[in-house]
Amino acid sequence: MRRIMVGVKRVVDYNVRIRVKPDNTGVITEGVKMSINPFDEIALEEALRTKEKGLADEVLAVSIGPADTQQQLRTALAMGADRAILVQTDVNLPPLSVATIFQKLAEVEQPFLVLLGKQAIDEDNGQTAQMLAALLDRPQAVSCSKVEIADGKATVTREVDTGLETLQIDLPAVLSVDLRLNEPRYVKLPDIMKAKKKPLDVKTVADFGVAAGSTFKTVKVEAPPARSKGIMVKDVAELVGALKQKGLV
Amino acid sequence: MSCKILVVAEHDGSKLNASTAKAVTCASKVPGATVDVAVLAADASALGAQAAALAGVNKVIVAENPANQEAVAAIYAPQVAKLAAGYTHVFGPSTTFGKDVMPRVAALLGVSQVSDVMAVEGTHTFKRPIYAGNAILTVEVPADAPVVATVRVASFEAAQTGGNAPIEKTEPAVALPSHTRFVSRSAAATGRPDLQSASRVVSGGRALGSADNFKIIYSLADKLGAAVGASRAAVDAGYVPNDLQVGQTGKIIAPELYFAIGISGAIQHMTGIKDARTIVAINKDSEAPIFESADIGLVGDLFQILPELEKQLG
Ligand SMILES: Cc1cc2nc3c(=O)[nH]c(=O)nc-3n(C[C@H](O)[C@H](O)[C@H](O)COP(=O)(O)OP(=O)(O)OC[C@H]3O[C@@H](n4cnc5c(N)ncnc54)[C@H](O)[C@@H]3O)c2cc1C
Ligand SMILES: Nc1ncnc2c1ncn2[C@@H]1O[C@H](COP(=O)(O)O)[C@@H](O)[C@H]1O
Repeated sequence: MRRIMVGVKRVVDYNVRIRVKPDNTGVITEGVKMSINPFDEIALEEALRTKEKGLADEVLAVSIGPADTQQQLRTALAMGADRAILVQTDVNLPPLSVATIFQKLAEVEQPFLVLLGKQAIDEDNGQTAQMLAALLDRPQAVSCSKVEIADGKATVTREVDTGLETLQIDLPAVLSVDLRLNEPRYVKLPDIMKAKKKPLDVKTVADFGVAAGSTFKTVKVEAPPARSKGIMVKDVAELVGALKQKGLV
Repeated sequence: MSCKILVVAEHDGSKLNASTAKAVTCASKVPGATVDVAVLAADASALGAQAAALAGVNKVIVAENPANQEAVAAIYAPQVAKLAAGYTHVFGPSTTFGKDVMPRVAALLGVSQVSDVMAVEGTHTFKRPIYAGNAILTVEVPADAPVVATVRVASFEAAQTGGNAPIEKTEPAVALPSHTRFVSRSAAATGRPDLQSASRVVSGGRALGSADNFKIIYSLADKLGAAVGASRAAVDAGYVPNDLQVGQTGKIIAPELYFAIGISGAIQHMTGIKDARTIVAINKDSEAPIFESADIGLVGDLFQILPELEKQLG
């Protein structure tokens, strides 16, 4: 079975205005819209397109998170994933633990490709794909904007600070995807119905021999310093005047 | 406690990237730290000397190997992990180079990484942005394990030059994989200032409407000696290449002067310019969120304003 494994993290929707809790222990997530991490939707879309091209047989969506994460996995199944695994935990696991769970799953499921997001937009860690690649001792390609698969290899284009970089990697490999790789499809109503019958296995963190906690301690979470209120100018002459006054031109 | 920090140098084969000097500054802020720099390259004759000249550097460790011609994470990481023995901290820049290499190093060392350090609060306590910079996390990491971190370059000044650290050659004894092969990299030879280090940046958004119209952004930038940036919408629409994107998933920059022209001011864009000294916004919609963060705002049609602005700048 030519399998692709995809990471699907449940995160605060990217449109939500983030508010820090008054006691500085975190951000407010109660009553806030949750969604699939936008990069993970792109990873899933890429997996589905790869399958539709006949290059894969099965797309497996994996998430580590609280029970409610079943919502996001059902959405992934409705988009077209064949089955899903939820590793259920209420603890926010550190990237190395997440990568270790993915490693253990990969050892069982033997995917030829693992597609993850370039970062989860909650903690913006940007680590899991690279760690997983290291743990599996396999190639990684981070921030992919183009992926071509042929003959047990992938040619990947990555977005880097100077422009674009192309790598050729042997499969199996771990890729992290960037925004311009594709545009994820919309879920259609009949697909939501069909998704209800697709398999969704629930496992625990203990199944993977990973500690259910973090060695990293959150000391506090604060709102960033607000910028001081600016001025409005009415025309170009005033703009140039204001810039000159600040000594900027 | 005394800390020994290894900073992984970023370079293009002949010149150190400015991000290296910024990571050195961040490392120097760790209380009681000795800072060494690791240079992995095919030929490090020029690079080693540049690293040795950075003020505050104790020692430069050079690992020369033809396999280090291009920075490929799967090849760099095992060498860095080997060199990390005896160090309490390993830092790299939070550029696409460091974001690629450092988490792989962290996994090899058996720790999670502290991403995007924006402030050092103690030997094992750091501040970093989360939720696209809408919250700032202070995190304390264990003192009995190596600390692997990437440094948010916009938060630190580059270390001065004038140092004269000794250079030590080494050959880390590790097997390097052949499963990852570098093919090519597009060179960004624009002749314009570099977006990440420029003191002035002019950015355009979706409102520009086409690659051709974007020329008026380049023109204003050239007049000001500024680098050119863009919103994601402008990049997605193909007006400019991806390396000009500013924001959460593009470049995080801290210029003295930033022009946001025809950019609405989405949080993912604003996170890239939080540390800009002065933000100027030009937008035809007086309700655009960009005006909440702008130091100077002007409501109007950019296609009328920009030619006039260029004229008045003389
Ligand atoms: C996970 C994720 C990551 C993202 N990362 C980034 C990122 O790194 N960087 C980024 O920029 N975005 C990012 N985005 C996208 C972001 O949310 C916005 O969609 C994007 O910034 C909008 O670009 P824009 O302001 O150019 O376009 P719009 O939001 O369409 O704004 C165009 C603006 O131009 C104004 N305008 C139109 N015509 C004129 C005229 N003639 N004269 C003057 N003004 C005019 C309009 O009033 C409007 O305000 C990300 C999104 C997601 C989901
Ligand atoms: N809890 C999780 N569940 C599923 N996938 C995850 C989880 N955490 C991280 N990932 C994957 O790893 C990517 C990078 O996450 P991070 O390293 O946390 O920024 C995400 O885009 C996901 O694809």
